[in-house]
Amino acid sequence: MSLDVQAIKADFPLLQRQIDGERLIYLDSANTSQKPAAVIEAVDRYYRTHNANVHRGSYQLAVEATADLEGARAKVARFIGAPHAHEVIFTKNATEAINLVAQSWGRANLSAGDVVVISDMEHHANIVPWHMLVDELGIELRWIPIDEQGQLDLTDLDRLLDGAAMLSITAMSNVLGTINPLDRLITAARAAGAAVMLDASQHVPHMPINVGRLGADFVAFTGHKMLGPMGIGVLWGRTDLLEAMPPWIGGGEMILNVTKTGFTTTELPWKFEAGTPMVGDAVGLGAAVDYLEAVGLEAIRNHEVALTSYAMRLLTDRLGDQLHLFGPSEPAQRGGVLSFTLGDAHPHDIAQVLDQHNVCVRAGHHCAKPLMQVLGVGATTRVSLYLYNDESDIDALAGGLEEASAMFAL
Amino acid sequence: MPGLEDLYREIILDHYRSPRNRGELDTPPASRTEGFNPLCGDEIVIYLILDDPSKGDQAIVTDVKIGGQGCSISQSSASMMSVTVLGKTIEEVHQLTQAFKSMMSIHEHDIGGDGSEAEAGVGAVSGVENPSDAVSLGDLEALRGVVKFPVRIKCATLGWNTLNQALDDLLNSSV
Ligand SMILES: Cc1ncc(COP(=O)(O)O)c(C=O)c1O
Repeated sequence: MSLDVQAIKADFPLLQRQIDGERLIYLDSANTSQKPAAVIEAVDRYYRTHNANVHRGSYQLAVEATADLEGARAKVARFIGAPHAHEVIFTKNATEAINLVAQSWGRANLSAGDVVVISDMEHHANIVPWHMLVDELGIELRWIPIDEQGQLDLTDLDRLLDGAAMLSITAMSNVLGTINPLDRLITAARAAGAAVMLDASQHVPHMPINVGRLGADFVAFTGHKMLGPMGIGVLWGRTDLLEAMPPWIGGGEMILNVTKTGFTTTELPWKFEAGTPMVGDAVGLGAAVDYLEAVGLEAIRNHEVALTSYAMRLLTDRLGDQLHLFGPSEPAQRGGVLSFTLGDAHPHDIAQVLDQHNVCVRAGHHCAKPLMQVLGVGATTRVSLYLYNDESDIDALAGGLEEASAMFAL
Repeated sequence: MPGLEDLYREIILDHYRSPRNRGELDTPPASRTEGFNPLCGDEIVIYLILDDPSKGDQAIVTDVKIGGQGCSISQSSASMMSVTVLGKTIEEVHQLTQAFKSMMSIHEHDIGGDGSEAEAGVGAVSGVENPSDAVSLGDLEALRGVVKFPVRIKCATLGWNTLNQALDDLLNSSV
């Protein structure tokens, strides 16, 4: 089934915006997605009609606001196939979710010499929290390399995992688009006795996931890349692990009792949600989940594979050997993320020329500097697709790239 | 939206395609200083030789080479800067830096360049009526259009901030 992209575009107020009388061509959804009216209206409705602090008041409004928050949690839990809603912890974003695991699980379970395995294609959000534990605890960080196709090179996987306490890895690269072989990775980590965390920031928005069946221990993702508001992310974790973990941030909402001599923590998920939560954002995320489910994740995935394939063909045809595309050459093995260099033109300059045509792309290191070093480039231009993009967007991109290529040829 | 011709003046593209004073110098005698734009990953490496650091402000830049990689704006700005500062005293380099930053509508007393231009550029396009405008920027004037593209100001100033870091390091190590 193919998507009715015209109808979908019409659902996104920002995509109706014109700059200098021309339509906007938004190709930066791996950075953040645009929001459908349904999400914006749900947040608006929450503040207009239900707003009160949660889990505290005994009056009607507070009951409604609490139901809004917990209703959103239940939606997210169902959406990702979580066995229990209390395993869904709301955080600020994916970065905070990963830090929660590093700081809470990591401090409780790791000590000097323990090994955490990550990969060459991680976002800084799944690197720096572990670097911090290298500095703090003296853990060892090991890196799974990549091959020329931008796929993980698993030749030495068992050796890298030998004795490891944690494998923390991206489900899909935000630079290369590579979709990693999760079953294989999780099976190997399990066999080595390592816990597994997936950075699913680029996965959850674009294809179905079932954390209950996957076999990972933790899955982190971020609301703003999946049509939800900025300011909310999710950590899903297995109940037994979350229960055994010490709290990370302390304060109101996360306690059972506090005395002058100490405190006891409350149950999941609130143990990890200190302070007033982002209820409005949670409501928005719930509406985003409703929207994604109504369109269908399978349909979104199929649309993106087809559009990625179109983009790879068109750009290769139009730009020839000026174009150097990173990542797997087979569209079905990747998400809708295309990073490339174009002759000698610098990504910043390319993005500037594209901006002149209202084409929004990202130029830079994409918060993956170690990967840039492995690829041997300082920066790339990155185009990323979502359900509201179509072939006309790619056509506009190709035109702008031809102009940039001519302008900056050395 | 301002047009691309405001940004990519011919002389900028010329310096981008044929950067002047590109390369490395032996360290020592040269100093080597790296500058980064954490936003986009651009980096600039400046190799610098002064005739006599003990002369302080009156020491003269006798050789300068530029390495690293980056966009047309950061590369051309560094290239033009290298041409302009060669043979100048540190005092003159500081005046040029101030004039350049003023053109980028960054007004600061501390010309050490610590990223304090964060709020520069937005709305403030004029950048005239500054005492250091008396200093002639020559070809560097071509970069004036960058102010209309606030995100690119950091590209244009990367080389200058790195140069000032290099001068600070050299002078501090000579006392
Ligand atoms: C793979 C990956 N992980 C983590 C993040 C961090 O997301 P956030 O900035 O919302 O925490 C991003 C997005 O920038 C990402 O692409």
